[in-house]
Amino acid sequence: MIDRLVLTGQWGIHNLRHFGRAGILFLRILFGSPNLRRGFPLLVQQVYAEGVLSLLIIVVSGLFIGMVLALQGYHTLAKFGASQELGPLVALSVVRELGPVVTAILFAGRAGSAVTAEIGLMKATEQLSSMEMMAVDPVRKVISPRFWGGFISMPLLVIIFNATAIYGAYLVGVKWLGGDAGTFWSNMQSSVEFHGDVLNGILKSIVFGIAVTWIAVFQGYTAVPTSAGIASATTRTVVYGSLAVLGLDFVLTAMMIGEW
Amino acid sequence: MLPQRLIESLVGLFLIFSLFALTVLAFQVSGMTNFLPQKSYSVTAAFDDIGGLKVRAPVKIGGVQIGEVSRIDLDPASFKAVVHMKINKQFKDIPDDSSAGIFTAGLLGDNYIAISPMYNTTFLKNGSNIEYTNSAMVLEKLIGQFIYSLKNGDDNGDKNGDKNVKK
Repeated sequence: MIDRLVLTGQWGIHNLRHFGRAGILFLRILFGSPNLRRGFPLLVQQVYAEGVLSLLIIVVSGLFIGMVLALQGYHTLAKFGASQELGPLVALSVVRELGPVVTAILFAGRAGSAVTAEIGLMKATEQLSSMEMMAVDPVRKVISPRFWGGFISMPLLVIIFNATAIYGAYLVGVKWLGGDAGTFWSNMQSSVEFHGDVLNGILKSIVFGIAVTWIAVFQGYTAVPTSAGIASATTRTVVYGSLAVLGLDFVLTAMMIGEW
Repeated sequence: MLPQRLIESLVGLFLIFSLFALTVLAFQVSGMTNFLPQKSYSVTAAFDDIGGLKVRAPVKIGGVQIGEVSRIDLDPASFKAVVHMKINKQFKDIPDDSSAGIFTAGLLGDNYIAISPMYNTTFLKNGSNIEYTNSAMVLEKLIGQFIYSLKNGDDNGDKNGDKNVKK
């Protein structure tokens, strides 16, 4: 009985320390004095690795999600004789929910896992400790650029996802199923608000970007420096990242709708 | 690893691409045409009942949008709903004896204000009040009146009621 209690306590303290270390790392990333001249090229490299290289999966999945939404929505709306509302249906669901959430989950899988694996391997091969030996701060040199790279890339990817998804819906709803292009766009324009819908979606994506890259960076930085440790850290990045995105999405939506 | 210069230009392309997508979202999807607020003047009208009218509902003449509702207040003395409208400057020759009514777009659509112009030669200007107003038609009220007239109607109403029962 006492043993159980001790184990539970140990587990709790272990988790608490984990959270504390994550918080300290986050503070060090946020308030570490940036070196603009040296840091900027590193940041650009990370925006390339996390943003530009994720572009393919984002564009393709955005296109297909928009197309399938239009296809499903068209047939359901046609039952009620409301197929002219296809544009608002697709635009609102993509811009408010699907765009940020799906992009963040794909981003966790595509870029987050790569960041974790890279940092974890750097730790396993003791590159991070050798940087410290040379009085180079690994948080500034390795961790920060990866975090800020993801922070910048995520909203941009969401914007591109939204635009391609709506284009995909246009392709299916207008070009294939033969809806009217004018109704499609004008109904969409009259029911989508730039501030309330588009900007709130982008705000969500910024929060998701912080959450996902923070988890990725922290999992890599605290990975057990073995091949099995890196493997489980990468898995944890994707799982925790996706769960955090889904949970945060609920909280943010509740706040934005104003039922708080 | 690619050379730094190529990476920088690819990232630049990425930024431009996403900016382009943002403008598409802003103008094509959310129809943000009033990026720079258009010059407008403000007009008020008092209604007995505004139904489901909301702020930003369109104001129309002959079906063409000329402005939008900017604020809705309740007059504490007369208990009328005072609707403030912003009308674009380009429509400045609206006669001041025009009447304003609240209509519904379609059977279940949103409410909007329609102004029917009259023939006065003095025009609405900033701060003026539209005196002749028609309240919103609330569907529940109409149905209630209809049922009431069926019950308490004269012979004619009773006949109609019988017919309906026989059906």
